[in-house]
Amino acid sequence: MSTGQSVQEVAAFSYDEDVAFTKVTLWKRFRRHRLAMAGLIVLGCIVLAAVFAPVLAPFLPNHIDNVHWQGTPLPPCFENAATCGGHPLGTDEVGRDELSRLLFGARASLQVGLFAVIIEIVIGSIVGAISGYYGGWIDYLMMRITDVFLSIPILPLLLVLTAIVVATSSRASLSFGVIVLVIGVLSWPNPARLVRASFLSLRNREFTEAARAVGNGDLRIIFRHLLPNAVAPIIVQATLDVANVIVLESTLSFLGMGIQPPTASWGNMLTGAQVNVENAWWAAVFPGIGILLTVLSINFIGDGLRDALDPGMH
Amino acid sequence: MRRTLQAIPLLLLISVVLFLVAMKSSPAGPLTPYLTNPHITAADIARLRHNFGLDKPIWVQYYFWLNRTLHGDLGYSTSNAEAVTTAIMQRLPATLELMGASLLIAITAGISLGIFSAVRPYSTADYIITTLAFFGQSMPVFWFALMMQLLFSVHGIPLPFGYEIQLPSAGMSSGGGFNLGDRIDHLILPAFVLSLLQLALFSRFMRSSMLEVMKADYMRTAAAKGLPFHTILFRHGLKNAMIPVVTVIALSMPSLIGGAIVTETIFAWPGMGRLFINGLQQSDIPLLMGYLNLTAILVVFFNLVADVTYAWLDPRVKFD
Repeated sequence: MSTGQSVQEVAAFSYDEDVAFTKVTLWKRFRRHRLAMAGLIVLGCIVLAAVFAPVLAPFLPNHIDNVHWQGTPLPPCFENAATCGGHPLGTDEVGRDELSRLLFGARASLQVGLFAVIIEIVIGSIVGAISGYYGGWIDYLMMRITDVFLSIPILPLLLVLTAIVVATSSRASLSFGVIVLVIGVLSWPNPARLVRASFLSLRNREFTEAARAVGNGDLRIIFRHLLPNAVAPIIVQATLDVANVIVLESTLSFLGMGIQPPTASWGNMLTGAQVNVENAWWAAVFPGIGILLTVLSINFIGDGLRDALDPGMH
Repeated sequence: MRRTLQAIPLLLLISVVLFLVAMKSSPAGPLTPYLTNPHITAADIARLRHNFGLDKPIWVQYYFWLNRTLHGDLGYSTSNAEAVTTAIMQRLPATLELMGASLLIAITAGISLGIFSAVRPYSTADYIITTLAFFGQSMPVFWFALMMQLLFSVHGIPLPFGYEIQLPSAGMSSGGGFNLGDRIDHLILPAFVLSLLQLALFSRFMRSSMLEVMKADYMRTAAAKGLPFHTILFRHGLKNAMIPVVTVIALSMPSLIGGAIVTETIFAWPGMGRLFINGLQQSDIPLLMGYLNLTAILVVFFNLVADVTYAWLDPRVKFD
């Protein structure tokens, strides 16, 4: 009875069987989308910055500058070169270098986004494929389960699950892996519905019947013949979901239920900055710009991909 | 009617899932906060477990829970030292005020911007609105809230003649009796912050839906009859273009609820979201359960409303 918000976006997408999706035409169409190209370039820079964070960062992310820091955050060098103490973007409230933490925070965000979406897509594809291919009561049952998960708002549910982890063991046990797993496992209904919709239209097509006629098993038909044909909407959904997951992770970390300090994440950097927002604007501004730029780039890329994969839209 | 009946097993299934989450993933279920209390011994826990029936099979517990819940008893909130129902009902109006106001902003502004864009597709204004909508959709709510506080509350926006825009950014009133102007001042920032994501989303959907509708034959017929442009646009176009947008509005409920948690936390809004975060920090399982069930009901209810509105807008759709 309901589909998620991003599914709705992708629902505008109709799979066009007559258009050959060669890599060259895809790239040509994608290149025409100027904002998507801009997004690709910006995201490329952010990914590079994250990968080379240990090389690029002027300080270690958790290093506290005892020499210059006197209890108040140090300003960025472009604001006050005399007192910045060699910290290009200043320091946070306990004297850690802002730029270095930003670079390492990018790692956290991108990794959570990537891995959680991989989990989500794998589970979602399997559930959606089985549901769409077999139909009947299996389909009915699986779709009712997706209804359940789509009706519970994800942020509070995630918070309850992570809070239970905290309450039962310790805050430190709320590790990177747990967050990735919880987000990934809870987000599968959207891709599942998408794959199911593709499979419903693909399973009665001639090539499926042909594959069945020559004696292929169900598994082989699902994975070798149907799934490759359903891949276009999955790619779009996955791209947009990386953006969603990055926002979700930063929100969890901001509320203290995500990546735990001292490990830097853009979300938990803002938790500390919130208290000092009056006298240290830089600590509150830069991590947010990091999140916004990353998420915006990914959303533009997703939009470009949708246009490129679905020429009927324009 | 059938739709309404379908919602009942769905809500039951949701409550089962939530019940299992609450009972099975925490070590002592609703007794979890007592585990860290040095005044409560293991023997006390065991006695409480028995008294509360937590040693019974899980399906028996669920049956008792469901029975009490259906009678309006959501249990006792350990973090508030009062009944969960009382705690939630006290904060519900504040949350409804905030969510209602931001939904109103998002729907009116989003739909207007979407129509404006669609009327002049690929114009400069359209590009600006569409790009801004992408920004709005990509904006993390909590950071936007911080930035709005920094801009409008900490520093204030200077105006000519020594005036300054400065808005309150904590709580829902300055206290001391009801004052409508004061209440609205307090509402502006949080409501706008919470509406941004939805506003952006609705404007994008309205634009593409309106563009689609404007290509339709009946629009050309209406124009051929010599009807004025605004009549065609609003009488014939809007109603049809709203059909997919209604679904998007209903589906945005979960993200509105999530956004309200963040907004209420940052703006110290005395609503359910903040209650939830407080309960979270103290493992107040009955409260968390009550909150999650209530929000799920809200989501399901909005889906129903959407289905009904959908059928009203598009008579071709018939529900039995």
